[in-house]
Amino acid sequence: MGVPTLAVWKFASCDGCQLTLLDCEDELLAIASQVKIAHFIEASSEIRPGPYDVSLVEGSITTAVDAERIRQVREMSRTLVTIGACATAGGVQALRNFADVEEFTSVVYARPDYISALATSTPIAAHVDVDFELHGCPIDRRQLLEVITALLAGRKPNIPAHSVCFECKQRGNVCVVVAHGTPCLGPVTHAGCGALCPAHHRGCYGCFGPMETPNAGAQVGLLRAAGMDEADVRRAFRTFNAGAPAFIELSQVTTGPPPGLGPRDIAGR
Amino acid sequence: MHVRVRAGAVEDVRLEIYEPPRFFEAFLRGRRHTEPPDITARICGICPVAYQMSACLAIEAACGIEVSAPVADLRRLLFCGEWIESHALHIYLLHAPDFLGYASALDLAREGRGRGLVERGLALKKAGNAIMELVGGRAIHPVNVRVGGFYRAPARTEMAALAEKLRVALDLALDTVAWAAGFEFPDFHHDHEMLALVTPGQYAIDRGTVASTGGLTFAPAEFEDYVIEEQVPHSTALHARLAGRGRYLTGPTARYTLSGQWLSPVARQAADAAGLGAECRNPFRSILVRAVEVVYAVDEALRLIDRYEPPAPCYLEVPPRAATGHGATEAPRGVLFHRYAIDADGLITSARIVPPTSQNQASIEDDLRRFVADRLDLDDRQLTWQCEQAIRNYDPCISCSTHFLDLTVDRG
Repeated sequence: MGVPTLAVWKFASCDGCQLTLLDCEDELLAIASQVKIAHFIEASSEIRPGPYDVSLVEGSITTAVDAERIRQVREMSRTLVTIGACATAGGVQALRNFADVEEFTSVVYARPDYISALATSTPIAAHVDVDFELHGCPIDRRQLLEVITALLAGRKPNIPAHSVCFECKQRGNVCVVVAHGTPCLGPVTHAGCGALCPAHHRGCYGCFGPMETPNAGAQVGLLRAAGMDEADVRRAFRTFNAGAPAFIELSQVTTGPPPGLGPRDIAGR
Repeated sequence: MHVRVRAGAVEDVRLEIYEPPRFFEAFLRGRRHTEPPDITARICGICPVAYQMSACLAIEAACGIEVSAPVADLRRLLFCGEWIESHALHIYLLHAPDFLGYASALDLAREGRGRGLVERGLALKKAGNAIMELVGGRAIHPVNVRVGGFYRAPARTEMAALAEKLRVALDLALDTVAWAAGFEFPDFHHDHEMLALVTPGQYAIDRGTVASTGGLTFAPAEFEDYVIEEQVPHSTALHARLAGRGRYLTGPTARYTLSGQWLSPVARQAADAAGLGAECRNPFRSILVRAVEVVYAVDEALRLIDRYEPPAPCYLEVPPRAATGHGATEAPRGVLFHRYAIDADGLITSARIVPPTSQNQASIEDDLRRFVADRLDLDDRQLTWQCEQAIRNYDPCISCSTHFLDLTVDRG
């Protein structure tokens, strides 16, 4: 096999996740010596034709043109990896999914008739098969390096699916919920950031999206006990991963068991 | 990009931008007044701090709060990190390869001397990210910024370690100016009105009064009286103009022209040695201005760290009140304006965001019109490559800022 080729694609997004690749200042040139970066318009004007061994896809699908373009990208890509909350869950722009997109258009644009946008912002996996999803808003640099390394070595990326709580313990953070009563989405949020927010004395705001099996009732109970009302809880889950099914569910749960009860107490009630 | 040529003269140039709309101003309605720093950061992964800072200023203005001087200094330090990171990215990974005849920095890095150059650029960029990570908590979409200040103030010992990295970066930044000064710049000038924030006595970054080379001066709260945004059929990016005056330009060359006398001595010296005069009206030389601004940002960061004491408290509570607030800061690409109206419960009722790219689009098109007129004898491929470079001068914050151009020339 020759030098593997890498392509980077952008759909509706802020460019932050593909910037993460350029933020690998110490590793970028090493990566470029191992793979042929064949399509990366943020970094190069030379565009080599497909097919590509690996495609990294940033952004969500919000226009009919992009819905067609992602199919072409899939056809040209042996392995397709989605990077970031837009590509894996529709991103913050998926807030339109809970609203009237025509009304949204009229708020932003004086001439809505010039604008053509779909009523929803959807993740890449809603349109084509995806081989691996890397979460985060933005993705974590170390995790991106792990994914690229694993793909080059032909193994599965080692990306833990547990919650931010694990990372807090690993980092030795004081729990902001227990110590300060700060609302925190850490118990239901996918690990990967290294528990950044609690390390900065703030509650996790869920930018890595839901962990594998979140306990919705217990989480919402915690948030309500910390003083959040129903609308606050809904807003908390409707941000950068608003379109993730588990967060949609959490945004609709209005009550949970009061904190302090363990799983056994709840089961026995 | 469409160019229409009739009888050997350029009749029309249109830059069509199809960035899928994301509707931030619409979905900000109904959010809490504490949320815009995190939410609007997601408008741009390359300049999230500018969005966070303009949002904070606007909401604090609405709520009648002004942060303490030490908190304002810490914000300015974070902003320096973003300028360094964003400018180093543009200079080394996007712009310099044009001047040196390479398709990308990665191609440049394959050559003997090129590798050292790209490594220098990446090291400089990393120094900017080091500020973002310590003060902001994360290089992209920082988590440590809140309305009223910061969640956590870095310790002095952490700052000392950062200063060591920045002292090395200052040399890299000075080398960058000297290196870029040796590039060959096309002889091309514009006469646009230039607009930037000014803070007399200090190079404007994190706040200021709006001023223009045409003599306009107004407060950020009056922004919408002076700047009118219009939609054009060929682009999803809005076009801004000055009421009764027309197109204008914001960004590094505008800042340099309006505030160049307030650069720090080391940055001023670098600018003089590079042959930058009192103003810069050649967009190709913007790479030099960015390099000088990196020197300034590193130097300014060192000054701020030198006198740093962790602010206590590191934030003020900002209770909401029914009011409207405005905020403007200098994003790496130019003036970034935010306006929010909030109700007594702290929910946002309307939001307006004017990014630099929409302000510059009319000027970019005007430059392209004149630029193309002098190059009609080139074939389409050559012309495309040169137009791409002309657009990259402005570092517009759109995906197509980089390497995108689909040029159609209708030669009649």
